[in-house]
Amino acid sequence: MTQESYAAIMDQRAEIMRASVDIDYEQYTTGRLAFDYERLMADTGYDIATALAVQKTTAVGKTPLVELKNITALARTVSKPGKGARIFVKDEEANPSGSFKDRRASLSVHEASKRGYSGVAAATSGNYGAAVASQAAKAGLRCIIVQEAFDSEGVVQPEIAEKTRACEAYGAEVIRLSVGPELFYMLLRVLKETGYFNASLYTPYSVLGIETLGYEIALQMQEQSGVFPDVVIATHAGGGNLTGTARGLRKAGAVNSQVIAASVDLSGLHMASDHDFNRKSFTTGHTGFSIPFTTWPDRADVPRNAARALRYMDRFVTVTQGEVFYMTQLLAELEGLERGPAGNTSLVAAFVIAQELDEGQIVVVQETEYTGAGKHPLAQLNLARQMGIDVRRGDPRDNKPGQCIIIPEHPSQLAVVNIDMEYVRRSYLHNAIKSLPEGESLSEVDLAFLAEETRISQTHVQEILNELTGKTR
Amino acid sequence: MTELIEKGTWVEIYNVVLPANERAPQVPEDTQRVPLEMRVKGFLLAPAAIGEDAEIETLSGRHLRGRLAEVNPAYTHSFGSPVPELTPIGCEVRALLHEKGRMQ
Ligand SMILES: Cc1ncc(COP(=O)(O)O)c(C=O)c1O
Repeated sequence: MTQESYAAIMDQRAEIMRASVDIDYEQYTTGRLAFDYERLMADTGYDIATALAVQKTTAVGKTPLVELKNITALARTVSKPGKGARIFVKDEEANPSGSFKDRRASLSVHEASKRGYSGVAAATSGNYGAAVASQAAKAGLRCIIVQEAFDSEGVVQPEIAEKTRACEAYGAEVIRLSVGPELFYMLLRVLKETGYFNASLYTPYSVLGIETLGYEIALQMQEQSGVFPDVVIATHAGGGNLTGTARGLRKAGAVNSQVIAASVDLSGLHMASDHDFNRKSFTTGHTGFSIPFTTWPDRADVPRNAARALRYMDRFVTVTQGEVFYMTQLLAELEGLERGPAGNTSLVAAFVIAQELDEGQIVVVQETEYTGAGKHPLAQLNLARQMGIDVRRGDPRDNKPGQCIIIPEHPSQLAVVNIDMEYVRRSYLHNAIKSLPEGESLSEVDLAFLAEETRISQTHVQEILNELTGKTR
Repeated sequence: MTELIEKGTWVEIYNVVLPANERAPQVPEDTQRVPLEMRVKGFLLAPAAIGEDAEIETLSGRHLRGRLAEVNPAYTHSFGSPVPELTPIGCEVRALLHEKGRMQ
């Protein structure tokens, strides 16, 4: 591998991306900022039926939708009388590599294979790497996964150590890097050298692959209870999970199901900080990803991110690390499901939000993931202690990311914090203005686009923009 | 004399990808101060000693050079000791459910 500087590789970013995802994003541009999102998605040729058919060939999907009767009963012991909706979980662990990420990887790998690429590559430290590696193994393609895995002391985040092992178990080459955003620089170098397909988390293929998850939830719920879910909660980071699920729900006709994003609160910890790296007990589903990606999705490796969560989000809540560990324990001990951390973030939210709803209503947690060595509350809390973080029982409201993790003492202490959607929209629009090239102004098409992106009226968009530009200029 | 590791052995190599002063401009200060390091596993292409330059063939078939860091590297991640703050939770919530007559 020839060594090229950071700047030299980043300069070639556009051509490398063009060759490795084979999508001409330019043709979808309709304004200064606007682009035709639906046409970008549709042009891939993957409607739900096609996606389901591809996934059937690799045993992806068709996972059980399980009612969590004991957790629901526990929520009702602490809710007001008559409250406490039924909680269900989509057991995505049942996918080949143990998470919904198999859906996300399946169409990319299928596409790479169809287009004659000899291999696939992705920059990911999480489940997605294992999913791409697993799908590539079945398709007979080579696979390279680039991970951010250890800090400058050589301490490996245990969940990522498990992902390294899983990727290697599926026969993938794993490039393990120390902390920093240059993982994308390394991905570009690899793509340039190998000519592999970029199985990016953010192409239309990725998001269309997740649509089957929402689609299945809607149909299974209909079949099991005769209704669509009242609420579906997604653990939210980069936004593909929520976007794909919400689109799939709509395609199945579940247009009134409320879609809620839930993230672990990691406020105060910097995502690219070597010091903070192992002071986070979660590697995904946290605010370090979800806030920046919700308020500006086009920070991804591809020119246009197909994961646009703000378009689909009815509500956005955070929970604490300690609450998720507590819930992980409840899921194992009350429901007999020992599952990984990510889905349990939305399960905490479900436990709380169910108490706002009536007993007859239905809340669905849209995923579980596998658990195991490293990828487990014990591994994370033991590391946290080693890093000097105070782990104790108490009131989860006293939580301070990077300093203490508070395990609740009683289920009545579980709560969600609502993120102000108006703040999120303003923040998105602020980023939109910042991304506008010098001297350019927004057209009618752009205003309509921004209204779709933020789910508010054009007039409201204009009002916020006026305020923001009044302030920033 | 350092011992030579046999050709074909499964090993890990180490490299500095970007030295501390050549990192991406947007990285925070603490990260700027340390190099971007890389570790990759593969089969050793020619006998080499630990700490010396070596070439490997990775699982994707690429040939990479670097400092030979480890032979047959172990997966050491685990669970560790039970965490006392988690151990009693199951008993606590089962008791709550029994108290309210909710446990089936
Ligand atoms: C199991 C699991 N759940 C949820 C997420 C979050 O998904 P997204 O990044 O698409 O929001 C991830 C991805 O990192 C994941 O691996």
